[in-house]
Amino acid sequence: MFTAILAITLLALILGLLLGFAAIRFKVEGDPIADQIDKILPQTQCGQCSFAGCRPYAEAIAAGEVDINRCPPGGEATIHALADLLEVEFKSLDEECGVEKPKMLAVIDEDRCIGCTLCIQACPVDAILGAAKHMHTIIASECTGCELCLPPCPVDCIDMVETKPNANTWRWPDPAHIDLKLGAQP
Amino acid sequence: MPLSRLSSPFLSGTNRVSLQMLQLLAALIPAVIAIVYFFGPSVLITMTLAIVVALSTEALMLRLRNRPLKPFLTDGSAVVTAVLLAIALPPLAPWWLTVIGILFAIIFAKHLYGGLGYNPFNPAMVAYVLLLISFPLEMTTWLPVTSLSDQPLDISSALQFIFNGQLASSIDTVSGATPLDAMKTQIGLHQMPAYIFQQPMFGLWGGKGWEWINIWLAVGGAFLLYRRIISWHIPVAMLAGLSTLSLVTWILAPEITASPLFHLFSGGTMLGAFFIATDPVTAATTIKGKLVFGAGIGLLTYIIRVWGGYPDGVAFAVLIMNMLVPLIDYYTQPSVYGALKK
Amino acid sequence: MTQKLGSFPGGLILKGQKKRSTQVAIRKMPLSKKLILPLQQHIGEASTPIVAVGDKVLKGQKIAKAEGHVSVALHPPSSGTIIAIEEQPIPHPSGLSALCISIETDGEDKWANRKPINDFTDLSEHEIRQLIREAGIVGLGGAGFPSFIKLNPSVHHHVETLIINGVECEPYITCDDMIMRERAEGILDGIEIMRFALRVKNCVIAIEDNKPEAISAMELALGARPYLQDTEVLVIPTRYPTGSEKQLIQIVTGKQVPTLGLPIDIGIVMHNVGTAYAISRAIKYGEPLISRIVTVTGRQVEHAGNFETLLGTPMHELLSFCGTKRQADEPFILGGPMMGYNLSGDHLPVTKTANCILVGVDDAAKSSTPLPCIRCGECATACPVSLLPQQLYWYSRAKDLDKTNEYNLFDCIECGCCSYVCPSEIPLVHYFRFAKTEIMNQQQEHAKADVARIRHENRLARLELEQQQKELRQQQRKAALAATQVAKAKQAAELPAEPPATDSQETQ
Repeated sequence: MFTAILAITLLALILGLLLGFAAIRFKVEGDPIADQIDKILPQTQCGQCSFAGCRPYAEAIAAGEVDINRCPPGGEATIHALADLLEVEFKSLDEECGVEKPKMLAVIDEDRCIGCTLCIQACPVDAILGAAKHMHTIIASECTGCELCLPPCPVDCIDMVETKPNANTWRWPDPAHIDLKLGAQP
Repeated sequence: MPLSRLSSPFLSGTNRVSLQMLQLLAALIPAVIAIVYFFGPSVLITMTLAIVVALSTEALMLRLRNRPLKPFLTDGSAVVTAVLLAIALPPLAPWWLTVIGILFAIIFAKHLYGGLGYNPFNPAMVAYVLLLISFPLEMTTWLPVTSLSDQPLDISSALQFIFNGQLASSIDTVSGATPLDAMKTQIGLHQMPAYIFQQPMFGLWGGKGWEWINIWLAVGGAFLLYRRIISWHIPVAMLAGLSTLSLVTWILAPEITASPLFHLFSGGTMLGAFFIATDPVTAATTIKGKLVFGAGIGLLTYIIRVWGGYPDGVAFAVLIMNMLVPLIDYYTQPSVYGALKK
Repeated sequence: MTQKLGSFPGGLILKGQKKRSTQVAIRKMPLSKKLILPLQQHIGEASTPIVAVGDKVLKGQKIAKAEGHVSVALHPPSSGTIIAIEEQPIPHPSGLSALCISIETDGEDKWANRKPINDFTDLSEHEIRQLIREAGIVGLGGAGFPSFIKLNPSVHHHVETLIINGVECEPYITCDDMIMRERAEGILDGIEIMRFALRVKNCVIAIEDNKPEAISAMELALGARPYLQDTEVLVIPTRYPTGSEKQLIQIVTGKQVPTLGLPIDIGIVMHNVGTAYAISRAIKYGEPLISRIVTVTGRQVEHAGNFETLLGTPMHELLSFCGTKRQADEPFILGGPMMGYNLSGDHLPVTKTANCILVGVDDAAKSSTPLPCIRCGECATACPVSLLPQQLYWYSRAKDLDKTNEYNLFDCIECGCCSYVCPSEIPLVHYFRFAKTEIMNQQQEHAKADVARIRHENRLARLELEQQQKELRQQQRKAALAATQVAKAKQAAELPAEPPATDSQETQ
């Protein structure tokens, strides 16, 4: 019996050394999980998840500090993707972070804009073009719909407008939802 | 007339699940008549009981799962499971054996996996195996063929036995082993197969009565092939696998193995080849996959019959290959049009 | 006929339903009061209008120019006045609108200046291609790809065979059949021009064997042109979807077009018979594409047939011309029963790709709940592209879009064979179309998200840089301030070293 205990202990020591060596020799710099999570997040940089942008939220998820269901612009699709990546349970969107809304773009009403640059400073992706005492305008193709420009505007001249689908961006409706009405498998 | 679909195609063929099931049942009719001729009418009682229990259980499960009764109850799949199990069970199966089997098949092997189309294992075979392992005595108590029995059962005594459990005469004088069972045991006792074959319970090349049932099942299978309900790949592969291994061992050691013909026409071979292994839900789907699947069942059936613990291995072989289906499908995909040759 | 034919797996034998619309010759639709011309009737970039509201235009005059490379010009099918350039509903499964030019016709039908060319060999191949582009010609088989691009062998490719597609495999549609019967000469003229432009010798005209009249018409016309060497009519067995480009190539040549590749990669170019005819009109007569043959047929159409229709004609005029029994908003099919889509508005215009209007399909699929998939594999047996529709179905349903890509979802030609044979009546093609648009949408969103991420990171970097510069300047100022203070202190310290000269000066 003594030899058995000795043998197992020796084996454990050797394997432990091997693992330690591998952990040092093959260490990957940076946090690849956070990168993968960041790739899934929609990059709206809106802060509704209560983090200052998508990257801090991704790092918090990677560190295991927060839930995966705090991103309203990403919606259910993003939560599913995160659940698959991290192999955790799917959770529906946390209501206190916001609700899933269709994609909207910000539009400045040029008649009311006073050129104060407060919105330019607020935009996380620099999608607003303008200068002090000059007209401001939003670059529609860069706007992520995060709504961070709305609060700072002193004359409330920014509106959120729903994007209209055109023949190139239109998507076929989900056939599974038609089946569901009749009780087939979801 | 408003269009019924959001997307093309707006035409639809005549292939339907319920039609397939109906034709399958039609193909079983000659075999059932043969069973009644050789083993008495008790199989009809078992079958009726099985169908009634299957349909009621199916309706109950659909209700519990909040699914509509209309398309699912009438698609015929529960009836097919019931009929196949009834054919597989011994003629003297007590009523509770049938009921437990059907309940397990419909509830556990079908609905708890998600219902039609979602079960990985063949429900009839799951039920058969459950009963075989839990109630070995009742499941191996077979009637001898009517012409050989000194006490052939008529319908009233069959009813009495199935529902009451006893007869005027005791079980021992009524029951007997199947030809497969007898062959296996007596080979184990170092008897020569050629000599064993002389016994009255053996017919021309298989068990007496059993060979005819298997022939009629093969005829039904041919009907299904003609009607394109099943494709030839699985039955041919299974029979080929079984006969090849059987032929090889028979040539190498004829004094301890039965002939390939015996194996082909005994037990559940033809039922398995044409009706059970071809169940689309649980079989492989790619062409090459079907060949691998069928061959696997054939080989495993022979292995279990000769070296395993049970006289007939079809049920176990089918379940084992059912487990391997996702793997088989993954590795046998056809190459897509335009795929670059590696 | 001398060639050995290839084949493709799967496919279906369908009832042709062609007799209904081939009893009468092609008839001409009367002129409409208003013509609506969408600016995008082709694959690629929409054309840009070069006229304004109120302009008077002549028949065949250019009113929109090609935008970018994959684009063609647009012409009014009759003379009149431009009454609007605005968004109007277009024939599309979504029911959405797009920019259209609306013309009110003046009834005079006056042509603009046409430049017919007697001998096309006088022109260079490039000039011919430009003429075809300026004539607005696109693939009239249904896809609408600008034809001039497919007439350019370019320096990288050598074209072996030109295949003219007269197959028309979908049930009900007969416009190609009729054009071959009645206008075989025009088609051959077009073929000669195409051969010249492509510098190709071999030409095959593929026709299905259910069109005996078309076959004889084409053979007769070909026989009358003995100088046209290496051109033959190839009769192929009727099967759906033989008319699909990739499948027809496989039948005629036995070769497969590589995935993500084009037919020209294996030296083949394919054009529709209607396109060939349009090309001959454009070069020989100087007429741009302003009309096409449309089949109107179906159980509810009384006088089914083929009609030479001016582009932009509202569809309800066609339907009433044929005596169609239809409720006000009842949907009808644009295209064939296997690959067409349903429209409910009949004020939509006829476009360059509208080959058939179908009202009332025989043996239509009934509205019923699909049963779950029973994994029978019939769909895989029927698929002409050797895909596994069953797997694509499961993954599309689960929205596992990466896996659908792995199973070659984008190779699906949406022919509908799988849905047709499914015993559970699952709308498979709908699932695949849904998965395709979801994937494309996802890719667009990911691309946008990547750009947004980079912009955000750049902004953070910029802010940090500004912060650093600010701090640097502050430090410099502080340092400068400290330096001047030190200098001042030094000066103040040096002051008592001076002699008290002022006292002596004061006492004097």
